[in-house]
Amino acid sequence: MSELTYSGNEIQLVVFKLGREEYGVTILQVQEIKRITEITRVPHSPDYIKGVMNLRGSVLPVIDLKKRLNLPPEEYTDDTRIIIIKVEDINVGMIVDAVSEVTTIDQNNIEPPQTVVGGIAADYLSGIGKLENRLLILLNADAILGIGQEVKAS
Amino acid sequence: MDINQYMGMFLEESREHLQALNSCLLDLENDPGNLTVLDEIFRSAHTIKGMSATMGFTTIAELTHEMENVLDLLRKGTLRANDDITDILFKCVDTLEQLVESVASNSDTAIEIKPLIAKLTAIAKGELPSVAEQHSAQTATTQETEASSGEPSDLDDMEINVVAAARKQGLECYEVQVSLRLGCLLKSARAYMVMNALEELGEVIKSVPTVEELEKENFDNTFQVSIVTSADAENIEAAVLSISEIEKVDVVPVIIPEITEKSAAVADIQAEKPIVSNLDNKVAIDKPAKQAASEHNDKKHKSGQSVRVDIDKLDSLLNLVGELVINKTRLEQIGLTHRLADLIETMEQMDRVTTDLQAVVMKVRMVPVGQVFNRFPRMVRDLSRELNKEINLIIQGEETELDRTVIDEIGDPLVHLLRNSIDHGIEHPAERQAKGKNPVGEVRLIARHEGNNVIIMVEDDGKGINADIIKQKAVDKGMITQAEADKLEPAEAVRLVFLAGFSTADTVTDVSGRGVGMDAVKTKIEELGGMVDVETKIDEGSRFKIRLPLTLAIIQALLVKVSEEIYAIPLGSIDSTINITSQDIKTIQNQEAILLRGQIIPIVRLAKVLNVSNTCQQNQEELFVVIVHIGENRAGIIVDTLIGQQEIVIKSMGKLLAGIKAIAGATILGNGQVALILDVGALKQ
Repeated sequence: MSELTYSGNEIQLVVFKLGREEYGVTILQVQEIKRITEITRVPHSPDYIKGVMNLRGSVLPVIDLKKRLNLPPEEYTDDTRIIIIKVEDINVGMIVDAVSEVTTIDQNNIEPPQTVVGGIAADYLSGIGKLENRLLILLNADAILGIGQEVKAS
Repeated sequence: MDINQYMGMFLEESREHLQALNSCLLDLENDPGNLTVLDEIFRSAHTIKGMSATMGFTTIAELTHEMENVLDLLRKGTLRANDDITDILFKCVDTLEQLVESVASNSDTAIEIKPLIAKLTAIAKGELPSVAEQHSAQTATTQETEASSGEPSDLDDMEINVVAAARKQGLECYEVQVSLRLGCLLKSARAYMVMNALEELGEVIKSVPTVEELEKENFDNTFQVSIVTSADAENIEAAVLSISEIEKVDVVPVIIPEITEKSAAVADIQAEKPIVSNLDNKVAIDKPAKQAASEHNDKKHKSGQSVRVDIDKLDSLLNLVGELVINKTRLEQIGLTHRLADLIETMEQMDRVTTDLQAVVMKVRMVPVGQVFNRFPRMVRDLSRELNKEINLIIQGEETELDRTVIDEIGDPLVHLLRNSIDHGIEHPAERQAKGKNPVGEVRLIARHEGNNVIIMVEDDGKGINADIIKQKAVDKGMITQAEADKLEPAEAVRLVFLAGFSTADTVTDVSGRGVGMDAVKTKIEELGGMVDVETKIDEGSRFKIRLPLTLAIIQALLVKVSEEIYAIPLGSIDSTINITSQDIKTIQNQEAILLRGQIIPIVRLAKVLNVSNTCQQNQEELFVVIVHIGENRAGIIVDTLIGQQEIVIKSMGKLLAGIKAIAGATILGNGQVALILDVGALKQ
């Protein structure tokens, strides 16, 4: 981060926390970041859908990202945020434990997910970014939203 | 002037005026002598001409100018509208539409207007056979104007007297001949400015052509004004020349024909009251100007009733109001936590205001469906002529409101349906007579609210759809097998027309029969979240029924609470609400039901259906039941509490949550909270 130049090989990420892990989502998909607000549950929706919220007059689905990634749930804190992303015309909010920073990462420092499959569902990842001594798990937002696969209504 | 910044406005207004022209011409066709309609047409054409000239679209201006010439003759009664003339006028409007669209799409396709202009001039000259009778009168007037322009005008006795009287007072009378620059676009405006300039110098006593004619631009490039003034010729010339686009000004003193003793005497007597006659003249001149002004005001007034707003602006307004509501809720919470009675009180008032504000903003997006419907009469007229059928189009419920986005999309499917009805449905007059029907076919286009849907129906009293033929066609085309066809109910067989690639017309006509229509209609309507269905009876007609959900539309709903959440039940499907006790619930084969006025009504526990933990329902003595109707059937929905009736705006929950069982959508309540809207139809399994 010493240079602020932005070359074609670098991507900017919004870095957030889920539990102890650090995740990144490309800034191009991020619309805004909100504090947690009232969320209305939606019956019969997939379990990872937390519900719907009011975003300035429009109704926005909110995903419980931890549930989606099979991570243990935690109480909401003052740091809890909703990251609103837009993927292929779909706006959706994701609940995360905290948003830490916006950073730039060189694409050469991103490993494909297959090589480092950990405990979490590798389908939802697009890669692992190495940033100095940190590891950033890069989300595959399309897969998170279930684009390309049927949204199961239980 | 940067033309582009006015482009959007020009296009919108032109389209509006073209639409007005279309509908007025239709009226005119039915009532050729109607002057109000003619005035309306004239005004629209005139506005288009003015706008296009200002914007530099000379072709449009040229064509409208020629149209105006004909329209003016119609208006004056020298010509009478007949089918030939209206046809040509309709063609002009079509061409204008093309021209405007080519402007919109920035394409340079040359659209030929010469033939039309030739026809228009022919009409204006009275060369169409049907116009011959009025011919002579018409040429006479034109000749008169031609004769008078360019030559010194003759003053009548009255005017001579005025001049003579003026001379006695030491005033001079001049005749000012003004030539406008060739290609001057706003001739009437220039003429008006000249008049104004002259009136400042003295009294205008006469103009050739008359002021009214000048207002209407009924002159070539020259006109004459006689003026009584104390100023000298140079001053007058300078004053007129200061107006732009004036080619030449000639100021000549008026030579009064030799005044006889007698007329001089008369002049003497009249010299006592030159002011009076001057006043008269002034009034005479002011009046047309005022008329023009009031006409102008009328126009202004009409367009002043609505304001054009970019839909994006409305969206952002809606968002801002939403934001306001959220912040208001925060303030309310602060008031509650800190127990600030004053704040709470103020917030209650603010709550009312913001709720109203929100509702109004949402309503602004709603547009009457008439905006789409009003282009159909013209289409039906053209089609009926093309197909030699007589058709009466009846439009009902134009005021039904739909969201702007739906309005924009619904036009094409309706065009398809109407074309189909007219082409396939309505028989030829002879055939109709043979069947004992009125030779004039009837096509109805009806819009109305039904429950929480908007229904748009296209009905015809034509020959109906023959289920057997449909089946046969479908089998022939290999869409279904013979065995499948045999099993099909007639009503279902008719629905085969919605399949892709289906067409029953034996020959492909220009109008319909390419087999893409109905399929496209269905797809489009389903895209809008609606349904289309068809009912038909042989020789009695067919009815296509489009059911559009009120996505984004405003509905009345009953708000109920189940567990922690608030749900909205569309009022359209609610019969009543009742209180019961748990003893009132009986079971029939494990299905809970109640007896209401002798009717057995199955009971649905909302908490159970929605799979939400219910808090207090079990031990509650008194139960709230909302009786709803699902089609022909009824059901009772048990909820925790009733909150009240409210107007809500249905919002989609987005693609991600589309198709969730029992939920039709969501809405945002006054406090910013999201409430889900129940899909009553899906409650009963």
